[in-house]
Amino acid sequence: MSTFSAIGDEREIDRDEYTPGVEPQPTWCPGCGDFSVLKALKQALPEVGRTPEETLLCTGIGCSGKLNSYLDTYGFHTIHGRSLPVARAAKLANPDLEVIAAGGDGDGYGIGGNHFIHTARENHDMTYIVFNNEIFGLTKGQTSPTSPKGHKSKTQPSGSAKEPIKPLSMSLNAGASYVARTAAVNPNQAKEILVEAINHDGFAHVDFLTQCPTWNKDARQYVPYIDVNESDDYDFDKTDRVEAAEMMRETEESLYEGEVLTGRFYVDDDRPSYGAEKQAIGEMPDEPLAERYWDDDYEWERSHDMFLDKHA
Amino acid sequence: MTDDELIWRISGGSGDGIASTSQNFAKALMRSGLNVFTHRHYPSRIRGGHTYTEVRASSDPVRSRGDGYNFLLALGDSFARNPQEEAVYGNEEIKPLSENLDELREGGVIVYDEGLLDASEIPNFEERAEENDWHVYPLDLRGLARDQGREVMRNTAGVGATCALTGMDLDHVQDLMRDAMPEKILEPNLEILQIAYDQVREEYDVDASDVSVPTGEHDEEQLLMSGSDAISYGAIDEGCRFIAGYPMTPWTEVFTIMTKNLPKLGGISEQVEDEIAAAALAVGASHAGVKAMSGSSGGGFALMSEPLGLAEMTETPVVLVEAMRAGPSTGMPTKPEQSDLEHVLYTSQGDSQRVVLAPGTVEEAYEQSRIAFRLAYEYQIPSILLYDQKLGGELVNVPKSHFDREPNPTLGKTLSEDALADEPHSPDGKFHRFQHDVEDGVSPRSIPGQKGGRFLATGNEHSPTGHIEESPDNRVAQIDRRTQKLEAIRADLDQEDTGSYAGPDDAQYGILTFGSQQGTVEEAVDRLNDAGVSVKSYGVSDMLPFPTAQVEAFVESVDEVLVVEMTASGQFRGLVQKNLGRYGEKLSSLLKYNGNPFEPAEIVDGFEAAVVEGDGDASGHQTTFVPAAGD
Repeated sequence: MSTFSAIGDEREIDRDEYTPGVEPQPTWCPGCGDFSVLKALKQALPEVGRTPEETLLCTGIGCSGKLNSYLDTYGFHTIHGRSLPVARAAKLANPDLEVIAAGGDGDGYGIGGNHFIHTARENHDMTYIVFNNEIFGLTKGQTSPTSPKGHKSKTQPSGSAKEPIKPLSMSLNAGASYVARTAAVNPNQAKEILVEAINHDGFAHVDFLTQCPTWNKDARQYVPYIDVNESDDYDFDKTDRVEAAEMMRETEESLYEGEVLTGRFYVDDDRPSYGAEKQAIGEMPDEPLAERYWDDDYEWERSHDMFLDKHA
Repeated sequence: MTDDELIWRISGGSGDGIASTSQNFAKALMRSGLNVFTHRHYPSRIRGGHTYTEVRASSDPVRSRGDGYNFLLALGDSFARNPQEEAVYGNEEIKPLSENLDELREGGVIVYDEGLLDASEIPNFEERAEENDWHVYPLDLRGLARDQGREVMRNTAGVGATCALTGMDLDHVQDLMRDAMPEKILEPNLEILQIAYDQVREEYDVDASDVSVPTGEHDEEQLLMSGSDAISYGAIDEGCRFIAGYPMTPWTEVFTIMTKNLPKLGGISEQVEDEIAAAALAVGASHAGVKAMSGSSGGGFALMSEPLGLAEMTETPVVLVEAMRAGPSTGMPTKPEQSDLEHVLYTSQGDSQRVVLAPGTVEEAYEQSRIAFRLAYEYQIPSILLYDQKLGGELVNVPKSHFDREPNPTLGKTLSEDALADEPHSPDGKFHRFQHDVEDGVSPRSIPGQKGGRFLATGNEHSPTGHIEESPDNRVAQIDRRTQKLEAIRADLDQEDTGSYAGPDDAQYGILTFGSQQGTVEEAVDRLNDAGVSVKSYGVSDMLPFPTAQVEAFVESVDEVLVVEMTASGQFRGLVQKNLGRYGEKLSSLLKYNGNPFEPAEIVDGFEAAVVEGDGDASGHQTTFVPAAGD
């Protein structure tokens, strides 16, 4: 039996394989947009042909962080804002794994913003799903990085004086090679975008609008939505950085005016992933490093044989 | 102190090549058959600022910097700031000659570059030289180097003069230059070495002073190595093939050594956005089945607190190294201190479940780097190697045979897919990664990608499958199991013999220390015994889990104990008292926190003042005594 025989296992996959047994059952509130992410992932993973045991889902902290309690793959529920550094290292250690990271807008655009920028910049071959509900949910309704200016909460009682983060633009500028936005109310598009994101060879960022019916009642339920790739009202080239940037800016502004624009905003299929870049300069092995520890024939190098002469 | 030793201090400005010149000279002395030990002092500046390295050489073993020095090669600071009246940094131009001049021993030698330094700017220089019987050789090293085409070669000219005045053959120095220098600069350097050597021998009576290079012989091949080298090689020999980090002095040394070598081993090094990411990457790589490490110094390590706690809670093996420097905050970036001890022991929320080892020597740094990895992977726990700027940067000779050991790439209790099939699973197929009742508290793990091994790792308290679970019974079972690992590790470490003892077993007094002060303490212990004071020492390496029984036996066996450490608040003594719970009346502290490591004589004097005379007055040294606090 090989070391990681779940990897590359070519077979039909039933979406129920990703559903845990009796427990744990999702603890999200009725009507929560997070259910849609779970459902879309359960649809997308069989379609791309990745089994539960060749998938590693790394999450942050918050309602969104509970995703991997309810998706029965290998999971790492990390710490607030740090899903990306854990996930990208796992990908470097074993590039054959399907690595997906997920977290909320506070997690990814607030406390983890530095990691988001640098993981996008490095273009790791992984998918990053941000549950964007414009609010801190699990801590009970505080203003988040994507809450609109003027948003009132117990931590911003006079209404937030801050402009919200522009996640799509930030992602493009940082270097993500696939940037999309979808919404919980749009299950078919969500599944299709996740399939593309997982198949994309590079850092695929999906800003997933997930309504919070408990703490963000005032916010729109992200309907009606418009798919900018389908609509005749929008004409832009998603492979062109300048046009993509303009489309993103319009999308980010219009969200706060009640218009929900979704779709693929930027796709660069030519840029090599970080792993490929690192291999090209000789700083990453061709074979997955994780395999080596199980190779009985591997001759482990010793410092005594390799590095001591210069000290003599 | 041995009578027959050279303590050669080369001084100049940051960026003047003091480090490389002293390293080559130390290696030449080692190759000539001597034992060597270096001590470096430098500012947090790229260009300019007083910097020096001392190279101590003797046929006897040397375990510490010496007391002062007996040969000064003052090169001048070519990047010195213009001297200004009342400038806070003083007259930098003259510092290579003036700084710590009082520590030059009687009968010592001064070679200074009169092309850059004007001795008349030093108050009473001539009188002091006469009083102390110093032998002074003003040489125009810069002029000599300029004549040969390159001013930077004045370092080489200074080494040539050193050889002439100490009776050292040029052979070893020439060999080293051939090894270390590119062709283009080699010939002119060899030439200037010879010219300076000949010129000094012609113009001066080179036998005027008693300072000379001793002779010695090694009975096996030696290597010149730093603590940072040794830590890195220990990691490599344990199969570590992944490192992530962010630059910070002095940890950067380990990071760069690993980064240089890992690609040659098919490994991966990642320079990342911050230390939170660095530690989190190490956790992620280890989770995916690779032996991984990260590290930093005080401020960077502070950022690692959360990933450290995550590794504890998810039982992800990982090794972190912490290179201490003087704090708090940015502190003194290039100066040694041991005051991150409590930080490393206790940082991160909840009860600490980690291993902390503090090696005392370069040899121990290699060994304990290996032990840190072995314990981390066998017991699924973060291990921290705690050292400092002193141990990381000091160069000593170590027998090559010390490193002639088998590699250990094993992952510890990690299951193959075959073995996984026999382990407990939930009906839905989830592997019980965190079982309650297991030997030594270590529940075997699976690696993502294995069939039949899927589980959830989470920083929340969790059930055997890894799912979030807060029931009291599960909570107590899990935390007790994780804590139980520390008892097993303590028993394991008792077999490793990490502590270092010196002095007679039946001594009347004791000195306790930890980490990098060990060699200096042991030299002081030898001197005290030679002087008729009955004292022994115990250099403790295991900070967590603490060797309570051994330390208690040591303290029990003597009348009084002096605790020596480079902190201002007696952190190590506090750790001893916390673990022993009594004997407070027997302990007093000798502390140093001025940015410079102890000299052996300071410990001898401090011990005599605090313990033998019992008056606790250590005037003359920048050390502090803290009297016993009582039980």
